Amino acid sequence: MNALEVKNLVKDYGNTKAVKGISFDIAEGEIFGLIGPNGAGKTTTLRLVATLLEITSGSIKVFGIDAVKDPAGVRKIISYLPEEAGAYKNLKGRQYLEFIANFFGDGKEKEEILRRGVQIAGLGQRLDDKIERYSKGMLRRLVVARALMVEPRLAILDEPTAGLDVLHAQEIRRIIKDFVRSGRAVLLSSHNMLEVEFLCDRVALISEGMIVERGTPQGLKERYKRPNLEEVFVEVVG
Amino acid sequence: MLNIIKKEIRELLTPASIASMVVVAVIFALVGQMVGSPMNEITEKPSIGVVNQDEGLFSQTAIAVINENAEVLYLGEDRDAGWEKVQEKGIALLVIPEDFSSSILEGRPARIEVNWLLKGTGLMDNISSVAVTGLIQMINTSISEELISGGIEIPPEVALSPVGLSETVFLKDKVIPGVSPEALSGLLISQSVTIPIVIMMMVIMAGSTVISSMGLEKESKTLETLLSLPIRRRDIVIGKLAGSAAVGLIMAVIYMLGFNYYMESLTVSSSIDLGALGLSLGMGDYLLVGLSILLSLFAGLALCLLIGTFARDYKNAQTLIFPVTILAMVPMFLVMFKDFGTLSLLLQVILFIIPFSHPMMAMRALMFDNYVLVIGGIAYLAVFSIAITLVLTKIFSSDRLLVGWSWPKRGAKA
Repeated sequence: MNALEVKNLVKDYGNTKAVKGISFDIAEGEIFGLIGPNGAGKTTTLRLVATLLEITSGSIKVFGIDAVKDPAGVRKIISYLPEEAGAYKNLKGRQYLEFIANFFGDGKEKEEILRRGVQIAGLGQRLDDKIERYSKGMLRRLVVARALMVEPRLAILDEPTAGLDVLHAQEIRRIIKDFVRSGRAVLLSSHNMLEVEFLCDRVALISEGMIVERGTPQGLKERYKRPNLEEVFVEVVG
Repeated sequence: MLNIIKKEIRELLTPASIASMVVVAVIFALVGQMVGSPMNEITEKPSIGVVNQDEGLFSQTAIAVINENAEVLYLGEDRDAGWEKVQEKGIALLVIPEDFSSSILEGRPARIEVNWLLKGTGLMDNISSVAVTGLIQMINTSISEELISGGIEIPPEVALSPVGLSETVFLKDKVIPGVSPEALSGLLISQSVTIPIVIMMMVIMAGSTVISSMGLEKESKTLETLLSLPIRRRDIVIGKLAGSAAVGLIMAVIYMLGFNYYMESLTVSSSIDLGALGLSLGMGDYLLVGLSILLSLFAGLALCLLIGTFARDYKNAQTLIFPVTILAMVPMFLVMFKDFGTLSLLLQVILFIIPFSHPMMAMRALMFDNYVLVIGGIAYLAVFSIAITLVLTKIFSSDRLLVGWSWPKRGAKA
C-alpha cells in the first residue's frame, strides 16, 4: 500500500488556481520532496494533504484513507509541521510537548511519546524554560520534536530545518532519515537543495501549481547533466 | 518634521479609529437622548390624580397649589376612579384624608397619602417623582404661611411643617408600603449599577481575550498545528469557549467582589430589608440568574470567537475588540438607566437581541416576578449559543481560518 496517493489534485482560491491537477505518490519508507519557487503551490499541497484545506477536485489517500471522506481518520496518522510553526509562548517547552502528547495517548503511551519528544528536541534543561524565551532555532527544534515524537505514519514537513544552525539541522536530518525506517513516510518541502538531495528518495519540481519534473535526485542530475539538484532546479523552473 | 507629523496622522487616523470615534459619539448622543427625556419630566408639571376626602380649609389650599403646579388628571373623592386615571398616564395618586385640616388645627401634623405608580427601577425611571415631592413641599410652605399669618395657635414645629407624607410604591404587581421611589431605587442600586457594570467588564475582558487569542494563534501559526491534530473541530471550538468562559466567570466573581465593596463604600447603608418588601430572590431565582450569566458568557464568547476568525494577526485582533465593547456598553447603559418595560419597542428589541443584556436584567426582573423575560432570555441565549457554535464549527472545518475571508493571490503563501 502506498503511504500517500495524490491524484489530479486541484485547489482554486476563487479565480486563482493554486494547484492545477497534480498527481504523485509516496511509498512506505520513502522520503518525497516537493520543491519549487515561492508561490508555486508547495505549501497549499502540503496543507491539502494535512486536511487543513478543502480540495477543489481530485483525491488524496493516506495509507488508503480518503482525505475528503475521512479527514479525521487521516489526522490520526499524520503529523504536519508548518513552515515557521510556533508554539504557545506562555507554556514551557516540556508543557507544550505534553499538551500535544495528550492528543495521542495517555498513561505509559503518553510518557513514551513525551520521552521521544524530549530526546528529539535536545533542549536539555532549557525544555523547562518558557517558550517565549526560546531562540528561533530552539523553537524550531521543539516543533520538529512535536511533529515527530508522535511517530506518525506520514510526516508532512514544510522546511523542517529552516532557522536551525548547521549542527542541529544535521541532527534533524538524521532523525528524519531514521524515522522512515519502520515503514513510515515523509512528504517534505524545502528550499535547501542540499538538504533535499541528502534526504529525499524522490523529488517533484512544482511550478505554477503543476509538477514539471520528477524523479530521484541522482536520476534528475543525470537527465539534465548537472552536478547538483540546485542547478537542475534552475534549469527546469528558472 | 512636517513629514513625520503627516506620517503619524496617517497611522493614527485609520478608518477603524474614525469609525470608533463616530460610534462613541453616537452612543453618547443616544444616552443623552435617553437621559434628557426624564430630565425634561422634572421641569414639566407632574401628572397626578387627587382624591380629596377633606372638607376643611387646608385641603383647599393644598388643591390650589396642586392645580397651579401639576397636571391634575383626576380631582374627586373616588379613589378607584383616581387610580384608574393615574394608570393611564400619571405618576402618583395623592389622597388628602378627611382629617387633614382638623389634624393641623388640633396641632398634629397632617399626612398626605402618596401612592406612587413606578414603571421601572432604572436610575432614570424614578426621576419624575422628584417633581411630586417638590409639590408636597410647596403645599407644606403654603399651609405653613397660612398658619403663621392667621395666627393660629399650634406648636411651632407643626406650624413650620404641617404636612407629612405617607408613601406607598406600586411597581408592577408589587405594593411596597413606607418606601419612596428614591429609597427603592437606592436599595436596588446593586441590580441597577453593579451587575451591569460587572457583566460589561467581564464581557470586554473575556471577549477581548478570545479575539486576541485567535489573532495570536494565526500570527504564531499554532492554529495550523491545532487544526492538524486528531481532534474534532467541534471540540476545538467548544474547548476554546469553555476555557474562556471559566476565565470569564472567575473574572466576574473578582470584579463583583471588588465593585460591590466600592459601591458599599459610596452608598449609605439602608435599613430597609428587601425581603420584607417581597423583593428577595429564592434559590430557584438565583439558579436562573446563574444560568443567564453562564449562557450569556458562552454566547458572548462564541460571538467573540466568530469575530476573532476575521483577525489576521494579533494587532488586527485588537481593532476587532471594538464592536464587542460597544455591544457590552449599550445594554449596560440601557439597563442602568431604564427598566426593560419602560423602554421603547425598538430599544427593547435591541436590548433583547444583544446576548449580554440578559444577565444584566435578570436579577431585577426576577425581583418583580418577570419570569417571562428571564426564561425567554435564557431560551434565546441557548439558541444563540448553539447557532453560533454551529457556524464556528463550520468555519473551523473550512479553509477560512487559514486563507482568510479574501482569496490569496498566486504567489502568496496559502
